[in-house]
Amino acid sequence: MQLKTGARLQSTVCNAEVMIITAPAQDVSLSCGGAAMAAAGSDVEKGEIDSDHQLGVQIGKRYVDEDSTLELLCIKPGEGSLALDGATLLLKDSKKLPKSD
Amino acid sequence: MNIMMLLEMANSVFPDRIAFTNAEDGSSVTYQELFEKSGRAASAAKDSGSDHFGVLDVTSLAMPIGLFGSAWAGLPFVPINYRLTPKEIEQLLSRITPVYLVVEDKRVEDLNEIGDIRVLSRSQFLDEEIPSVGQADPWSMDPDDVAVLLFTSGTTGEPKAAVLRQKHMVSYILGAVEFASATEEEAALVCAPPYHVAGITAVLSSVYSGRRVVQLPNFTAEAWIDLARSERITTAFVVPTMLARIVDVLDEQGAADMPHLASLSFGGGKMPLPVLEKAMKLFPTTDFTNAYGLTETSSTVSVLGPDEHREAAASSDDYIRHRLASVGIPLPGVEIEIRDDQGIALGSDESGEIFVRGEQVSGEYRGIGRLTDADGWFPTKDKGHIDKHGYLYLEGRADDVIVRGGENLSPGEIEDVLIQHEAVADVAVVGIPDEQWGEGIAALVVLNSGKRVTDEELKNWVKDRMRSSRVPQIINYTDALPYTATGKLLRRQVKIEF
Repeated sequence: MQLKTGARLQSTVCNAEVMIITAPAQDVSLSCGGAAMAAAGSDVEKGEIDSDHQLGVQIGKRYVDEDSTLELLCIKPGEGSLALDGATLLLKDSKKLPKSD
Repeated sequence: MNIMMLLEMANSVFPDRIAFTNAEDGSSVTYQELFEKSGRAASAAKDSGSDHFGVLDVTSLAMPIGLFGSAWAGLPFVPINYRLTPKEIEQLLSRITPVYLVVEDKRVEDLNEIGDIRVLSRSQFLDEEIPSVGQADPWSMDPDDVAVLLFTSGTTGEPKAAVLRQKHMVSYILGAVEFASATEEEAALVCAPPYHVAGITAVLSSVYSGRRVVQLPNFTAEAWIDLARSERITTAFVVPTMLARIVDVLDEQGAADMPHLASLSFGGGKMPLPVLEKAMKLFPTTDFTNAYGLTETSSTVSVLGPDEHREAAASSDDYIRHRLASVGIPLPGVEIEIRDDQGIALGSDESGEIFVRGEQVSGEYRGIGRLTDADGWFPTKDKGHIDKHGYLYLEGRADDVIVRGGENLSPGEIEDVLIQHEAVADVAVVGIPDEQWGEGIAALVVLNSGKRVTDEELKNWVKDRMRSSRVPQIINYTDALPYTATGKLLRRQVKIEF
């Protein structure tokens, strides 16, 4: 599917939800727990999580692919792991910044 | 993308934590209450048929509820400066009708006369006398929706309405703040008014980190100090004029006595070095952060952090020590460049105009459009330079430059020298008409109490430290310089003194 910046997607096998921060230009397949993700709020019956894809996603963490064509923010946690075209996404390093406001 | 998502996340992790306390009346809301009240505010505002959500009031619980409620409803949040005259306020309101407007209680009657405004007093709004149609619809995730409209102070001409979209606000928070990073003991003291961009981002970054906010609606140094102690404040943001007053009062008391204050950040104007040095002595265990940002850039774009403050203060190398006067290095995701009049990028230690680029940079005004260039760079109209280690220094507004005999002089560098004199408490340098040179230099000086100085002494002080073209030809004295409530020096008013 074509991902859109700002859009919200939900896992179809766990409670995870993500928001797209940066979207790849081309059509891609984004999955969580081994199953394709769906637009948030859509009425989908929850399937079974693939045991090879259950590293979990943590709320407030950002996830990227190896080339940083895709960046996501996890807004609801879940047990599945995120993958772009089959490749598991990586946790983006966050740098601690001084408080400025 | 929507700032409501930030509150939704915080509410899902710590619903029972106190989110905001208004120090004036002691009222508080938890994250869950904030979330629910925002939903009710959203449906009421939407139901009123308005297309803006305004607030004309000092800061209170209505501020965060209004900010999130308007984002939920998909309406721009428009905080109006309550210090303006009734006529100025009416003019601004006429640009955002139809508007759902929350105002301080005593203003309700005056505003009811104006058309197309649905007026609610703050108490009506907070007591939930707001008609509600039940649960609001889900908020839009369109990154291009307008989150906030902020009227600039309009020191030259009619105020412009800076447009900050959901994507700018959310990008700033995701870039600068780690989610749920605050412990339950952490508390921020916020005294920036709702109509200042720092007042908006303070709400968002505190919510996203899970830090309790204590609101101080009417700043005085005494009230700030009392509150910081009684609420065991751990972090605070002040403008330089506020810190100068806090330092004065603490100086009389002898000590700050605030070991709980882990971090103190400042911005919104130039910090006089003597004030900063005194503050660092009064708060020896506090982390100091200098933040530089503009309304049009969703606030902070560069910071000088605590370690850099300490390193500079302790250094014997003048080049490093001078870094205390710097506004630091860009935030991740933000680029800063110095350019000359022709738009050519300059090298290190060369003065020019500061340009900024990044996801959080809007640079857009309603009715005017985006002022960024084809590559996304926004001209700040601030003058500055970057040193050879990448640290940014501000030199004042480009419009304030004094052109004396073809030479460009920055008032800021002359002020920096004058303020180091032991008799000088505060100083503003402006250009005045001069037959021989085109423009001449005038200084308006505030003396430290009990100190005296001659014009000659101050002129020699400058001559010994700078080129002779920088020496003020006229020096006048006054009790206090004219500042706005948010710490901006009103140079036009200073010029009238000459």
